[in-house]
Amino acid sequence: MTHPSTTGPAPVLALKDISKSFGAVRALRDVSLELFPGEVHALAGENGAGKSTLIKTLAGVYRPDAGKVLLDGEPVVFHGPGDARDAGIAVIYQEPTLFPDLSIAENIFMGRQPRRALGRIDHKATHSATLALMQRLGVELDPDRPARGLSIADQQIVEIAKALSFDARVLIMDEPTAALTGSEVARLFGVVRTLREQGAAVLFISHRLEEIFQICRRVTTLRDGAWIASEPLDGMTEDDLVRRMVGRDLDELYPKQDVTPGEVALSVRRLTREGVFTDVSFEVRRGEIVGLAGLVGAGRTEVARAVFGIDRWDAGEVSVGGKALTNGAPSTAMASGLALVPEDRRAQGLVMDMSIERNIGLTGLRTTVKAGLMDRGAERSRSLDWAVKLQVKYARIADAVSTLSGGNQQKVVLAKWLATGPKVLIVDEPTRGIDVGTKAEVHRLLSELAADGVAVLMISSDLPEILGMADRVLVMHEGRLTAEIPRSEATEETVMAAATGRAAA
Amino acid sequence: MTVTTPQEAPVTDVPKSSGTRLVDRVFKMRELAILVVFVVMIVVTQLGNSEFLTEQGIKDLLLNATILVLVATGQSLVVITRNVDLSVGSTLGISAFAAGTFLQGGGNPVVAVLLAILMGIGFGLLNGLLVSLGQVPALVVTLGTLYIIRGIDSIWVGSRQITAADLPDGFVDFGSGGISVVPWLALIAIAVLVATAYYLKHFGSGRELYALGSNPEAARLAGIPVRKRILAAYTFCGALAGLAGALYLARFGNVDSGTGNGYELTVVSAVVIGGVVFTGGSGSVYGAALGALLLTSINSVLPALGVSSVWVLAINGILLLLAIAVDRIVALRVASALKKRNARHG
Repeated sequence: MTHPSTTGPAPVLALKDISKSFGAVRALRDVSLELFPGEVHALAGENGAGKSTLIKTLAGVYRPDAGKVLLDGEPVVFHGPGDARDAGIAVIYQEPTLFPDLSIAENIFMGRQPRRALGRIDHKATHSATLALMQRLGVELDPDRPARGLSIADQQIVEIAKALSFDARVLIMDEPTAALTGSEVARLFGVVRTLREQGAAVLFISHRLEEIFQICRRVTTLRDGAWIASEPLDGMTEDDLVRRMVGRDLDELYPKQDVTPGEVALSVRRLTREGVFTDVSFEVRRGEIVGLAGLVGAGRTEVARAVFGIDRWDAGEVSVGGKALTNGAPSTAMASGLALVPEDRRAQGLVMDMSIERNIGLTGLRTTVKAGLMDRGAERSRSLDWAVKLQVKYARIADAVSTLSGGNQQKVVLAKWLATGPKVLIVDEPTRGIDVGTKAEVHRLLSELAADGVAVLMISSDLPEILGMADRVLVMHEGRLTAEIPRSEATEETVMAAATGRAAA
Repeated sequence: MTVTTPQEAPVTDVPKSSGTRLVDRVFKMRELAILVVFVVMIVVTQLGNSEFLTEQGIKDLLLNATILVLVATGQSLVVITRNVDLSVGSTLGISAFAAGTFLQGGGNPVVAVLLAILMGIGFGLLNGLLVSLGQVPALVVTLGTLYIIRGIDSIWVGSRQITAADLPDGFVDFGSGGISVVPWLALIAIAVLVATAYYLKHFGSGRELYALGSNPEAARLAGIPVRKRILAAYTFCGALAGLAGALYLARFGNVDSGTGNGYELTVVSAVVIGGVVFTGGSGSVYGAALGALLLTSINSVLPALGVSSVWVLAINGILLLLAIAVDRIVALRVASALKKRNARHG
């Protein structure tokens, strides 16, 4: 064990050799963790490494199959989230858990409202306590307004206020910064530092490695449900940390193979949709990966949607393999070999409650039919085939997609479209919100597809990804294509200049 | 007035708790709207038929509403938790007959009422257990118990009937008597209503009902005993259905195996018209009670205006759709108002 031999305070909360399984999936195996008062401790690991399970064990949501939870050195059993809260453990989950119909004050004090005689709620005290919390956090939120309609950042503030309101000794934050802007993150970190100085233990989870280095002192890494290391961050580099998480080196992250582009597979000419994008022309050749960069709202996704036929275009034309596509007809686009992996996989890419098998099978509904009826056997073998090819991690192919981690869900979306054998693949933000390891796998897959002669159009806001993967970079700015930059000349500066409209094509 | 007056400055100054005010106002407006519709309807009827608001007329309006108000109050609690209890009609029927049989045998009226309540509590517990433990949608579970309870009722009651003649005189008098125009039964309903509303607003467990209807998963994570609360809501709902059964007996004196058949739909209509949102988390019992008052009054208004009572059902349906449409529009308005408020303080 690499725990520092502590001469200082004892850990306020510790996990010892915790194991937890869900069916056949072993989410945690003999994991240990010690949180000391006055430290911010990072928990690192890819999606599916067991971070969420660990948090929920600390929070009393799950009870471990084996191992002990120690509070001030004493073994405790949390029978529910209420027990953990009473022990001074506050959790801020990735997705805010507010009651939209209730006021901010009620959200903060639900279950612990100040009382008057006869156990009645003291509404006045609740209100003023909430005001005090808001002042402490330096924000202006009306305690009496309902939580419905709050911005993600404000919802996060309410969650933090909730944690502050009962002077949590342990604060667990699961990806608190995912939806925040720079200044909001700074404000959040200010609060975290104050808490640390007051002696609270903070467990911090983030995909943004630089944040981990910015605010944490030690880090515990998990991989595939197993404990890898607990060590000080001093002297570590981001690459060291990624190596711990992924179990291999990072140079594999952008495994772009060199290819010689073939004939034109997708051709878009003077495409215009009133008020959305104007006069967009480009080509994607077989074997090429073309990156489509630009700021959010530049019209990239909208172009992709129009090309695929989801939205109608007002002028211009689109052809695949020399054959013109019908305006506004996704089915003809699919039939001519076009596939679109959408940006929002949960809302547009997957039917979350359906099984992995049937999700992959969705695009094959027309081909896996026998005498007008679904051939379930054919659907299953086709789906299994693709799930294995893409190394989707799942317990059973009949499990709902919602049980998978984000990265694996993305693989299912990819499998669903690759199963159609596309000639042209459009991927919109293919690696958003997925972990480094899966990201590398997705990149390798795209690279292999291109090498096999598929034309790939990759929309991405992740600049290193664009620079690392694309043979050519197209840049959009306010609905127009402003630059086309070959791989050799593409740098952060050239792309950003075009994306912000500082350079003309 | 070409010179700017000093009064103009504070216009942009938003009062501290404008969020609440806005929301409170909307909900009060929601309840006020039903009240206005009700008053307009009564006034129009009175103008058309001066015989309408006699002492007996007012008394009848209140008496008719009483039973529905009680059951709707209980139902509101369940709907607030994002569930529903369809078995209230059956529960009302069987408890009414049980109380009647007991009284027929010379039982004490107070004990008879308690018996009906206990019976309601029993069925409420059953519903609550099935819904909270079974993880099955409440709509289906209580549809099942609706038929089960009705079935037991039919087997037990058969073709028997209880009439006012079988009941002690005091009990029947209690059913129709009161203080001037306010019947005893209405006083009971009002007492239950006020107590329930107070409980929902001022007690932690009452607020938790709203919380778990608003976001069940968050409620679980907040350490709210979700199952216990749902069980309690169903039990309370059953108890009120039982009490309503006893009062039904007192009011009409006539009970058979078909009593309360289809009543659950009237109850749900009253609750929804009263602004208790079917997806849980918001609404008030006062609203539900007003909804009940409005629905039952239509039954008296139409005959008084000489309109055939065959119109009643259609009008109920239109009211229901109107109420839902209004709720939807108001919800959208409130949402955009709240968004704007966000934008202001960035």
